[in-house]
This record gives sequence, C-alpha cells and structure tokens, in this order.
Amino acid sequence: MPQRTVAIGAASGLHARPAALLVQAASRQPVPVTLAREGGEPVDARSLLSVLALGAAHGERVVLAAEGDGAEAAVEELAALVAAGEE
Amino acid sequence: MARVIRGVGVGGGTAEGPVARMAAPRLPPPPRAVPPEEAPAEAAAVRAALRDVAATLERRAAPLTGAAAEVLEAQVMMVSDPALADLAEAEVRAGSDGTRALTAAFGSFSAALRAAGGLFAERVADLDDLRDRAIASLLGLPVPGLPRPGHPHVLVATDLAPADTALLDPEQVLALVTEEGGPTGHTAILARGLGVPAVVACPGASALTDGRRVLVDGAAGTVEPDPAPARVAEAAAAERRRRRAAAELSGPGRTADGHRVALLVNVGAPRELRGAAEADSEGVGLFRTEFLFLDRAEAPSVEEQTAAYGRVFAAFAGRRVVVRTLDAGADKPLPFATAPDEPNPALGVRGLRTATRDPALLENQLTALARAAEANAAEVWVMAPMVSLPAEAAAFAARARAHGLPTAGAMVEVPAAALRAEHLAADCDFLSIGTNDLAQYTFAADRTLGGLAELLDPWQPALLDLVHRTAEAGGRLGRPVGVCGEAAADPALALVLTGLGVTSLSAAPAALPGLRAALAAHTLADCRELAEAARTAPDAATARQLVAALG
Repeated sequence: MPQRTVAIGAASGLHARPAALLVQAASRQPVPVTLAREGGEPVDARSLLSVLALGAAHGERVVLAAEGDGAEAAVEELAALVAAGEE
Repeated sequence: MARVIRGVGVGGGTAEGPVARMAAPRLPPPPRAVPPEEAPAEAAAVRAALRDVAATLERRAAPLTGAAAEVLEAQVMMVSDPALADLAEAEVRAGSDGTRALTAAFGSFSAALRAAGGLFAERVADLDDLRDRAIASLLGLPVPGLPRPGHPHVLVATDLAPADTALLDPEQVLALVTEEGGPTGHTAILARGLGVPAVVACPGASALTDGRRVLVDGAAGTVEPDPAPARVAEAAAAERRRRRAAAELSGPGRTADGHRVALLVNVGAPRELRGAAEADSEGVGLFRTEFLFLDRAEAPSVEEQTAAYGRVFAAFAGRRVVVRTLDAGADKPLPFATAPDEPNPALGVRGLRTATRDPALLENQLTALARAAEANAAEVWVMAPMVSLPAEAAAFAARARAHGLPTAGAMVEVPAAALRAEHLAADCDFLSIGTNDLAQYTFAADRTLGGLAELLDPWQPALLDLVHRTAEAGGRLGRPVGVCGEAAADPALALVLTGLGVTSLSAAPAALPGLRAALAAHTLADCRELAEAARTAPDAATARQLVAALG
C-alpha cells in the first residue's frame, strides 16, 4: 500500500488553514487517503474534525496512506502539501 | 422605577437603548428511547440538521470576505464533516435520540481537541456552538445566535461565544450585558476593544425582556431598567462630555495637576502590531512573545526571533517597548518547554521557571532581543514572568544585562513577589504587575473559570493591597511600577491604581483615550483619596461604588 511519512511544514501545525487545505485536497482524490501520527490510529484525511483532532504540531511526523487506483499519486500530492505547509 | 441590576462594569461610559436578547440555550428535552424501526428516520433527521446548519452558515459567509469569511467557512467544513455525521448516526443506531447523538458525536471531537491543547483546544467553543445550532435545527427551535432587530440595541445574553463576537456589528450594539462571564473574559475584552460599555457577571439580566429600555453604566456596573427621561438625558450629556474630552486630549497621560502616568499598549500577535503602533501611546507596556513559540515542536531559531522582535521595535522606534520573555506553561503549554504531566500546571514549571529546566530557551531569546534592540531605535526593556523570589529577579536582571539589555525588570504576579516587592525592586530596574495572574494566585481562583468571576474581580481590596505594597516599594527605591492586565483598561480603576502609586498603565489601544480623559479630570490627590477609599472598602462591589460616587 503506498504510503509516505512527512514532517508538518506549517508553523501552526495541522490547524486552521493548513488543515483545511489538506482536507479539501483529500476530498478531490479518487481514493480515500488516511492520515496518522507515526504509530498512531489512521483517520480519514477528508474529515477536518478528525485531522484537527490529531493535534499534530509543526515538525511532527505523520503518515499518509491510500489504496487502489491512483493511490500513489494521491499520497504523493497530499504529502507534498503537508510538508510545504502553506499558511 | 424598577430596581437597578448590578454586575461587573467593563469599558466605562454609559449607553441607553432597547434590549435585544440572544436566544437563551434551552435545557435539552428528556432522553427518549429510539426503537430500531425508528432509527433510520431519526438518523436522517440528524443528517438533515447538520446540512441545515452548514447551509445557513454558507449563506452567512457569502457576503463576507477576509478573516470573518474564513472563520465561517471553517465552521461549514466542520459541520459538513462526514466523520461527524457517521458518528452521530452510529449513536442513533445504538439507541440514542437525535439530541443525544449529536451531543455525543460533537463531544468526542471536542474531547480530542481539548486533549491536543493550544490552538486546537480553542476550536472547542466553535464545536459547542455548531452542536447547539444543529440541535436547535433538529428540534425546530429558534437557532441560537445574535439578534438582528434592525435598530441599535443593548445586547443581552447569558454569555457570548467567540463565534458570536466575531459577527457583532459595532454600529448596532450600544452596550453588552451578560449574565455570566468575568471582567477578564472574552466578552469584557471585546467590549473594551469596541469601546462600548458592558456589564458582565450580571445574573439579574435574565429578567430583561426584548424591547425593554435600559441604561447601562460600564463604570458603575449597573443596568437600570425603564430609566426616567431625565436620567437618560443626564447620562447622555455626561457621555458626550466624556467622549469629547477623550477625543480632545492627546499625548502622554497626566493627571489634572501634571503628575505623569505613562499610557502604553499591549501587543500579543503580529496582526495587532499596526493598530497598536498607530495608537497615541508612549509605547508598549506588555509585548507578549508567546505567539512565536505556540504550536511548534521546537523553539524558533535566534534568527527567526530576531526578525520578529525587530519588526515590533521598528514599529515603535523612539518609544518604549517592554518585552515579557516567554511565558509558557499553564494555559499556554509548549512541547519543548513544559512538562505534559503536571497535575496543576498553573502552579507548575511556567514563566521564568521554564528557564531553570532549559536555560538555552531564555538565553536564545535574550540574544535575539539584544540583537533586535541593537538594530532598532526603540527603548527596549525586558521583564520575566512568574517571578516568586528576589533572587530570581536578580539572576534574570544579571543575565539580561550580560546580553547588553540594560533595563531588566520582574513581573509581580505571585503574592510572594508583591509581599517582598522592596527586595525584588532592589535587584532589578522596574516592576510590572500582572493583575490577572496576581488575582488568580491571591484568591486561589482559576482565572479560566467564569463561575469564580467575583474572586477574580480586579477591584478586590486584597488585590489592591498587594498593588499598593508593590507600588510603594517601587516608589521608595525610585523604580517604575506598571500595571498590565485588564485592570489597567478600566478608567475608574486606573485612577485608583495611580493613587496607589502605579507609574504606567498598559491596555488595549481602544482603552487609552478613556484612561487619558479620566486622569486629566483628576488630580493626584483625588486619585490618592479614591485609592484609599477602594483599598479600605469591605468588598469589591463597595470599592467600585465608592469610587463611582466620589469620582
């Protein structure tokens, strides 16, 4: 299953705008993508509340994963977004 | 005439107008068992309620731009969250009725956000508001929210949620009255920011009905229902005089007889910088540096800190900027500075105490402050938060001076520091009293609990005693003693603080004209008389009334 581990680039963590951008991008993917803290329970990256509830701070490492057609590209795109941390 | 209702006055000034009430949150209906055959319909109703709230907020966001629109769009995303609807549906299928299913579904995310802390925990109020809206929609009740009577009004509410205050129209709201909330809560802070009078912690307000005329006095903390026309005219004339006086005055704060009291602004986030720099002030009395450190896994580099401090110092070139070094811990936990497992963080390793565990954190901050001060023309003073012992103040001042920061002070927030203010002042260059924390520690009352507002009232004579002791010690040794915190924003209390010997007041920019006008209308002898009356009063309410009557 394609997966990528990245450090969160946004200074405020996966909060507010960075979280919203991730959820919007995840909702556009052809496959469901999950997000987890390293070693933690994965949550649906299309759920803003679940993403916020991770409480993931700047610099923390998170794991993105997906399965099925287009999973590779989806994980790649979202990982880049999380790492870039556009505010 | 109906009886005058009393609460805690905020913001000063008076206003008269008709009441518009915020729909009171209703008690939830008693739990109802949902048999399996009714579960699909109940689940569908729950989903429809969530969609309804999303649609309402989308409509409301449509004409807005900027920050206000972003706040609402984020709320739409939350309430449309598929995980939320799935969780609520699962609750219904397990036998809960819709109200309880929504409460449980929102509650499970709230609990996770609260546990995450910091900025994440601040979203809990949004979730509570969305839950109330969804339940109102489900039950066919009026949606809680700000009234829009279409004319200027006095807004009366149990308390205001942050989401409501963001939408408040300053053209329409003449005054705020809340049953709950305290003098340091967000309603009070908002009222000061808008410059409207407010009375908070006013349980009697529950009796006020829509359309009833009230006279709100933010200085005395009173709400007078059905005021006589003569009273309204008198209050309006006094208010016009007050506003005119405030608008005409400018420049440094001084009493009628020329005693100087520096008027300074509080700055805590980069977005506040422009408004703060444009205000007519002698500088910054409290520059909170936490914004640079919050919600990060590691401390910012010296370079990043230098640049951020430099922007503030540049905006205040030629003026004083009092910088508070990192105040982590308690309600502002930081992963790299605070222990996650303290049972009682307000009494734990916070403020200056974090520097004992991680000396590099303070060293780097002082290095960055010294570099930024060197490159800019502001007069930079530094002070440490949560100082308890004179030796701590001395050690901090020595470290600051070693970095080339010549003016170093200590905050007085702990009763022990106030009781030993003379020793504290001897070892550093100035003192600054943080009244919010000093009240919390003097009265053993958690400042985040609205129910303890009375204990946290900055008019409490015991608190004024500690301010008095601190200011006198500073006076004897020739050290400036400032007050930052919500107490400094109240014009009547500012007179008392001046009379107690305080030499500077630091508040939100909107509060400064009122403070300047109050000082200009009184001599130092007047202020001393008011201070004596307040400090020797038996309780906070009497202190406030005495000063309102004498001033």
